Amino acid sequence: MTEAVADAAPAIRRPDLSEARLSRRYAAERRFRLWGQLAILAAVAMLGLLVFSIAVKAIPAFTQSYIALDIVFDGDKIDPAGTRERNTLRRADYDGLIKDALKAQFPDVSDRRERRALYGMISSGGGLQLADMVLEDNTVIGSSQRVWLTASDDIDSFIKGLIPRDVPEDERRVKDIEIGWVDTLEASGAVETRFNTPFFTSGDSREPELAGIWGAAVGSFFTLLVTLLISFPIGVLSAAYLEEFAPKNKLTDLIEVNINNLAAVPSIVFGLLGLAVFLNFFGLPRSAPLVGGMVLALMTLPTIIIASRAALKAVPPSIREAALGMGASKVQVLTHHVLPLAMPGILTGTIIGMAQALGETAPLLMIGMVAFIVDIPGGITDPATVLPVQIYIWADSPERAFVAKTSAAILVLLAFLVLMNALAVVMRKRFERRW
Amino acid sequence: MAAVEQLQSDAARDTKVRSRDVNVYYGEIHALKHVDLDIYANEVTSLIGPSGCGKSTYLRCLNRMNDVIDGCRVTGEIALDGDDIYDKSLDVVQLRARVGMVFQKPNPFPKSLFDNIAYGPRIHGLGTHKDELDEIVQSSLERAGLWNEVKDRLDKPGTGLSGGQQQRLCIARAIAVNPEVILMDEPCSALDPIATAKIEELIDELRTNFTIVIVTHSMQQAARVSQRTAFFHLGILVEVNETEQIFTNPSDERTQGYITGRFG
Repeated sequence: MTEAVADAAPAIRRPDLSEARLSRRYAAERRFRLWGQLAILAAVAMLGLLVFSIAVKAIPAFTQSYIALDIVFDGDKIDPAGTRERNTLRRADYDGLIKDALKAQFPDVSDRRERRALYGMISSGGGLQLADMVLEDNTVIGSSQRVWLTASDDIDSFIKGLIPRDVPEDERRVKDIEIGWVDTLEASGAVETRFNTPFFTSGDSREPELAGIWGAAVGSFFTLLVTLLISFPIGVLSAAYLEEFAPKNKLTDLIEVNINNLAAVPSIVFGLLGLAVFLNFFGLPRSAPLVGGMVLALMTLPTIIIASRAALKAVPPSIREAALGMGASKVQVLTHHVLPLAMPGILTGTIIGMAQALGETAPLLMIGMVAFIVDIPGGITDPATVLPVQIYIWADSPERAFVAKTSAAILVLLAFLVLMNALAVVMRKRFERRW
Repeated sequence: MAAVEQLQSDAARDTKVRSRDVNVYYGEIHALKHVDLDIYANEVTSLIGPSGCGKSTYLRCLNRMNDVIDGCRVTGEIALDGDDIYDKSLDVVQLRARVGMVFQKPNPFPKSLFDNIAYGPRIHGLGTHKDELDEIVQSSLERAGLWNEVKDRLDKPGTGLSGGQQQRLCIARAIAVNPEVILMDEPCSALDPIATAKIEELIDELRTNFTIVIVTHSMQQAARVSQRTAFFHLGILVEVNETEQIFTNPSDERTQGYITGRFG
């Protein structure tokens, strides 16, 4: 026995080699750390590049150019009968007033085509702006006022310097004559670039200069609200039942496998399901956050169930034993001890599921939430669209100015995602307890 | 069979828990075989034996903690004050209020000290008003010898105490519902000798009010704290007798072998 040990020992312990082995081990450790750092660097660089390129593209969308015109609120044109009735006021030809003002500003423009170009400098939303002014305070009728009107998308791009002057005229969206007008207006201080508040407060529009993100944001909010209200209670209850109460048999195994499978089903399939069941069978309203939320809830459920089960499983058995030993019933053990301890994990899973739902487009395409909707939804049954779908719609639009809007909308969506993830971290920290 | 003889000679004592022909199966495994054991009131009974001998399994039968283990089956009769605790009509929650338990690892709830103690009385409806609960909390902590150490920080989490204090907190929590029997599953195995000494002292004091059953791996501890000792081996109750008798003059040679350290 002792001989064997004596023989074996030199083979294992080789002091002469241990130096080399040690440096090899250190080198391997350094190498591994370096690879890890490189991997993280690559990931961060890619993310940074993505966000940077989007942010640079989005910058123009956050400002908007305005042109000041001296509008004559001619009582004969707005309200010839003088009744000041709202309907009459609303229907008056305000575009005509703008045209008159432009004509007065540039009296020597006579050619029909040139005149159309001149009128095209002001956004088609200008008339509505004047109508709002008059409806708000009809004493402006009869007066002459300097009004800042939204510039149309091409003129706006030119004012912001996105359309260079030095390219040949026929390759340029803004012609020489228009440049001349803009220069004249600028010289007289009638051109201004301001922060684009309407972008954050208005709904979608065919005109890029009028299009805003608020409608889609509200749509996303209602949709996620429905998703949360459906998927959180169902998800947590299923997880709690499966984890704490369900007998372990073939049936529960089958359910478990299917929940895991469900998490991997492509989201568009849920959209088709929503179309077939919620819209065609139950006849729920099309394009509504209600149905969108229900479809997204189906998609989010597996995520919440799996995360909640993992969180429940992570609660130490000693806590359950302690509570059971005190004579708590199974439900009391769950509600007094296990659920509160699992809550951070459950909430994190839920918010990750919600963030996933916020970014989801495919299933919503199937149930008609891809529609062009101008009005800001006021409830869960109003037609609405959501942020990612809005991005998709704008990215698909031919107008150049939508490029910046698309990027800006992506930034808004990313901001929401970051906000939600930050919320997850905060919740986690708040509810976390040590034992 | 020595056990049965012993039981008859002890007829004068007040039997708290009576077990007859108790068998426990974990699935196919026959973990506890034909155990007949009487536990007397206001005494400390220690259960000793090598790992896997079934002593913890037996202990957990006494408040039906085995119910929560999948595939666990208990047969035979266990009676607390003459009532069969495995009777269908018996409510397990009420049983556990009568038979409290302290575990191997201190497991206070991650709540305040006050809430730890008040939890049991609350769920069993023993104290509804704040001052009633205050009183229960104070008396429980006093009886567990912890009051002076923690009275100024009852709102601090129970998990912030030292290991020994946590275990005494768990004992205080168990006695807060005023049980009749307290089961202790190796309560000192995670503690240092000083904390262990305190717990042992406490066990001796608690004996006047409660019936205590303690599982221990330390034979010195069994000798120090218990009046009666039961030796389990391979799922069989080999011998049960007065502690002194077991350690000085065991009747079974397996007991002899275990206490002299030949196996286990």
